[in-house]
Amino acid sequence: MNGISKIQAPELTVSRRGFMAGTAGLTFAFSVSGLVTEAMAAMGKDGDNRLNAYVTVHTDDTITIVAPAAEMGQGIMTCLPLIVAEYMDADWSKVKVEMAGADHKLYGNPKFGGIQTTVASLSVMGYWTPLTTVGAQSRQVLIEAAAQKWGVPAAEVTTEPSRAVHKASGRSMSYGEIAAFANPPAEMPKVDPATVKTPATYRLLGKDVGRVDVPSKTNGTAVYGMDIQLPGMLYAAIQRSPVSKAKPVSVNEAEILKVKGVRKVVKLPYGVAVVGDTVEATKAGRAALETKWSDAPGDGFTSDKAIEDYRKSGRDASKAGVVWKSKGDAAAAIKGAATVKSFEYTSEHTYHAQMEPMNATAFVAPDGKSAEVWASTQSPTLAQLVGAKVLGTAPPNVKVHPQLIGGGFGRRSQPDFVVDAILISKIVGGGTPIKVIYSREDDLAAGRMRPMTAHRIDVGLDGAGNVVGWNHRVVGESAIAYMSPERLEKSGGKDVLVMAGSELPHYGIPNWSAEHVRENRGARLSAWRGIGAGYTKFAIETTNDRLATEAKMDPVEYRMMLLTSEKARNVLKAAADMADWKRKRKGTALGIAFSELHTSIAAGVAEVSVDSDGKIRVHNFWMAVDPGIALQPDNIVAQMESNIVYGLSQSLKEQATLTDGVVQQSNFHDYEVFRQEDVPNIEVRVMAQGGIAGGIGELGLPPTAPAVANAVRALNGAKLAHMPFTPERVKAAMKG
Amino acid sequence: MVAFTVNGKAQNVGADGDTPLLCALREHLKLTGTKFGCGAGLCGACTVHVDGKAVFSCQTALSAVEGKAVTTIEGLSPTGEHPLQKAWVAEQVPQCGYCQSGQIMRAAELLSEKKNPSRDEIVTHMNRNICRCGTYPRIVRAIQRAAKEA
Repeated sequence: MNGISKIQAPELTVSRRGFMAGTAGLTFAFSVSGLVTEAMAAMGKDGDNRLNAYVTVHTDDTITIVAPAAEMGQGIMTCLPLIVAEYMDADWSKVKVEMAGADHKLYGNPKFGGIQTTVASLSVMGYWTPLTTVGAQSRQVLIEAAAQKWGVPAAEVTTEPSRAVHKASGRSMSYGEIAAFANPPAEMPKVDPATVKTPATYRLLGKDVGRVDVPSKTNGTAVYGMDIQLPGMLYAAIQRSPVSKAKPVSVNEAEILKVKGVRKVVKLPYGVAVVGDTVEATKAGRAALETKWSDAPGDGFTSDKAIEDYRKSGRDASKAGVVWKSKGDAAAAIKGAATVKSFEYTSEHTYHAQMEPMNATAFVAPDGKSAEVWASTQSPTLAQLVGAKVLGTAPPNVKVHPQLIGGGFGRRSQPDFVVDAILISKIVGGGTPIKVIYSREDDLAAGRMRPMTAHRIDVGLDGAGNVVGWNHRVVGESAIAYMSPERLEKSGGKDVLVMAGSELPHYGIPNWSAEHVRENRGARLSAWRGIGAGYTKFAIETTNDRLATEAKMDPVEYRMMLLTSEKARNVLKAAADMADWKRKRKGTALGIAFSELHTSIAAGVAEVSVDSDGKIRVHNFWMAVDPGIALQPDNIVAQMESNIVYGLSQSLKEQATLTDGVVQQSNFHDYEVFRQEDVPNIEVRVMAQGGIAGGIGELGLPPTAPAVANAVRALNGAKLAHMPFTPERVKAAMKG
Repeated sequence: MVAFTVNGKAQNVGADGDTPLLCALREHLKLTGTKFGCGAGLCGACTVHVDGKAVFSCQTALSAVEGKAVTTIEGLSPTGEHPLQKAWVAEQVPQCGYCQSGQIMRAAELLSEKKNPSRDEIVTHMNRNICRCGTYPRIVRAIQRAAKEA
């Protein structure tokens, strides 16, 4: 790897080796995916352990803490180090945060099979135990070193921010002073983090410390994958096949090579890349590409037609689905019910529209056996593994430098764009660094969408009108099958990306089942913020509103009756209170929805009006959320604001349609997302009711669509069942 | 060769005149604070000032800035302490942050034209810039704060 290191980008300030060199201090290495105390290394010793350090106490009192998860705006590179700092009793003003490189042994998420990936709002939940332990153990090592120096029992030594204190003798020492003489123990001490801190004694968690990445994002110094520039680098524009899985058959290479500044046309297994000296050159070359493509399984996929088939499949009980989750015996309960009510919904493909178009920069060594990659990736170790596979080398030979992410939302959990850069660099050869930049049009054309779905919900009611059985069929392609057929097989066909949110953990419904009726059409698919819950909660919570009407009950009272926990009722009631639920409005109406994400819960209320063209205007959105423990309250509010805007955007505007397998939208003029003028007044209440600290990155999205649909029905009786709620669909629904 | 000033410094860029200013700034001059988002003047991530007016740098030909003064996020304030930048931190506006250089440059144009814009004026002015993270409410609050504190 020595040859590769020579081309370290000068712009990259985060070079751990450079940072550590010449700094005396105490370094702790921890493996969070296995035994937390697996490894520990002393400063001053040269070797890999040092590079894998998690916490370093420097003699100048600064402390470096590594953030193992990817930062894409959710605040995780502040929150995770803050957990460590809290439990080691560090002075936060002296903490420097460093982004982790790719190393699943050290930085893998235990909740995700030890893979280093930042997805599914699982970072805090996944890293909580390892990081509180890391903090508590680091503190204990410092305490024991100070105690030894003073010749007092360690039990008499306590800590204040970044200081060990011996009260009886009035002595104290800073962590930096301790680091100057301490010898790290062979084995980390066993400490139960709960004996060090509890939420009641937190100094940092629960108080807004401000995100560490924010200043750099106001002055142009934040570095994203898009900003990487290496000496001698060439650029590449890329055209992926318009239809998924088609291969390039022929391309007008000779013509493209005539474009000024174009060096090479590279045929990839799935597309064509134009390599050149400048962005202008590759852009011009890309624009002139005329590629012929092979046939592909998705050639006949026209989403407008297919959605009708999906709907029929939902209805057709002979088409068996894979049961995702269930409780009791829904089929028997529905069969024996006094009445059965059925509801149908549909949702379109949605595109991430992350602001930073996909890109990656890679350098493959001349022998093709090792590489370095700079990329805004949610999954550094996946990028590493796939990169190694492409080169036919061992994963450690692919060094991944994760960068700040200009919008992830699930899109950057996949390694496809890293493969582009590695493949092109390898094919161009000679150790040429390649920076692949997708145009917005190419990014959207090869977008990996949230699957289009149809829903059929059958509800069995007893003679008194109580819900006794609930069956929810979700019809759609499998996103996991697109990403990894083996993974779907291993899970017995259960696709969490498609089915998430179809469970009913908080409602007292004795028999329910959620099943996936799988389609095979050939769209490019992936996780999309909120995953399945973006549409399953739309179906569920709109159905609940319709059932409330059947029961002649207020939608809030109906849900209060069904919710089984005090915590859930508190959250629902808070949202209703914030909206002044009972107050009648003129020209507007309210709708409510409830949802959960892992252990967190949320309720939202929308206030809407509809104009004569069928255009919905959301005037207010109120949201109450319970994240268990609120680690960074203002950041939770910010995340809910983000979820509400993203969620309302998908509810009202967003749809990517396919004709003969080809995405029909090309840029922000025809794939419209919420802008400043679309945004309602937003109010968020964070009500931490105890338990564990849950996820927040996607928590607020699922209630948005049903809250709007329910508000529209309350306003004018229109039953919105097809997301997004475009003016045409609203008008059609108003006619009944 | 096109000659112009960027953040007060004379620059010569040896690229064709029809090269987008965005490319000249990012790839030729290594000023990467200005972002590429759509390449079509639809998202505003590339917003910079030319002679004090906000433009989409992806839609501005290099030849069009010959002899003119270009200001990017890096040059908005020598210390990064423009009232808007301070307000952006105070309100914790950025999330992924990718669009924020453009947002701040767009807002700076507004405040240079109007010291105390109304909420509606802010919304209308800022409507050209997309933020996919949905930091819109905080952008409005930060502009109001900067207007008050400037």
